[in-house]
Amino acid sequence: MGEGLLVRKIRFGTVIDHIPAGNALNVVRILGINGDEGIRLAIIMNTESSKLGRKDIVKIEGRELTMDELNIIALIAPTATINIIRDYEVYRKEKVSVPDYIEGIIRCSNPSCISNQGRETAKPKFRVVSKEPLTLECIYCERYTSREEIVKQFISHMGV
Amino acid sequence: MMFKGRDVISILDFTSEDLMKIFRVASEMEAYVKTGVDLLRDRILALLFFEPSTRTMFSFQTAMYRLGGKCLVFSGVERTSIAKGETLGDTIRMMDGYANAIVIRHKIEGAAKYAAEIAEAPVINAGDGSHHHPTQAMLDLYTIWKARGRIGGLKIGVLGDLKYGRASTSFIFGASLFKPETLYLISPPELQVKPEVRDKLGEMNINYVETTDLTNVIKELDVLYVTRIQKERFPDLAEYERVKGSYQINRSLLTGVKDDLMILHPLPRVDEISPEVDETRYAYYFEEARNAIPVRMALLKLILLGD
Repeated sequence: MGEGLLVRKIRFGTVIDHIPAGNALNVVRILGINGDEGIRLAIIMNTESSKLGRKDIVKIEGRELTMDELNIIALIAPTATINIIRDYEVYRKEKVSVPDYIEGIIRCSNPSCISNQGRETAKPKFRVVSKEPLTLECIYCERYTSREEIVKQFISHMGV
Repeated sequence: MMFKGRDVISILDFTSEDLMKIFRVASEMEAYVKTGVDLLRDRILALLFFEPSTRTMFSFQTAMYRLGGKCLVFSGVERTSIAKGETLGDTIRMMDGYANAIVIRHKIEGAAKYAAEIAEAPVINAGDGSHHHPTQAMLDLYTIWKARGRIGGLKIGVLGDLKYGRASTSFIFGASLFKPETLYLISPPELQVKPEVRDKLGEMNINYVETTDLTNVIKELDVLYVTRIQKERFPDLAEYERVKGSYQINRSLLTGVKDDLMILHPLPRVDEISPEVDETRYAYYFEEARNAIPVRMALLKLILLGD
């Protein structure tokens, strides 16, 4: 089945392509999209890919996300590519890359870290020690958090 | 780096030159450890010990009193508003208004750094969970400097629970700032240093060896830093007994060691150093505990008055 038959092209917006198969829901979640914002969004999972065998795609209509917003995807889907669509055409194409510093969004893997104490206002902050394999160091407790641990956070968050 | 108003969160916030400055001031303070000197009159130090302490709390208190200053102290949270559910953040905001500097011990890792972000007053970490205990490392290193005249270039062994021990982690980093000839990390496999520590030693280009074998290594050492092996870390009690036995420092283990070997311990000790060692020339751990006063006096003076 061709991709075009599954979900039609969008006119304006952002297409996140080449997401490792099975990770589209995590990508949507890491972008902070809950579904109640009124954004028109299509999720295509386990479709054919010449590069990856199988891949997921997320199409967001009507919103051009900035690379700062999108680079966070690299934490869980490093192969993802971004297409900014204007008038049905690809206006810009980019690869996501892990930022050097991350604030908020993900949690420190150490339950005894100050950033995991619900009532305190310590926001999780990380320095990227290594991009591949992904290793984040917590600014507060200096414990490492890996890609596997980040993916787990988003899965458990969704109650799957 | 300037000392006035500076936070003390990790020993790695300091350079070896910074630490030498503290040690030089500490040796000036030695003259006043029993008589006092009126440098910090009308200054108030808040001692917030969310986790109980004896040595660290009383030595900070003593140091502040000897400098002519005053302390606000709590140890344990039973009779404070924290027992009513007050957050750490709010407690710090309040104490920041009362005191000139804040010393904090907390079981949560990163608590001191968080407190330092909130408080305008300088914050001194007196232990955050199994993370850091920088002022302990300062007095440990001062003990070596005082006895040997140098810290760099020595063969230093660190023994015990290197995974969860905050004193051992801070000592490992502190000793590394002075470039030891070799750093021996001696522990049972289940209590080896965390990957985070290993990576930092790599970044600092430290020549370090991880081993389980104390008996052979001890003969090489100039300094042996002993820490407690904590029973609760072992799922299997028989394994704990075996490990504990192999790491006990007694007279027979000390046969053939260097004449000027220094044995340090942050205390409290349980049975990792036999009392028969106390009388030997190698035992420096009680002097180390006494050195807490001049070192903490020096640190308070530098932070509150400047260089």
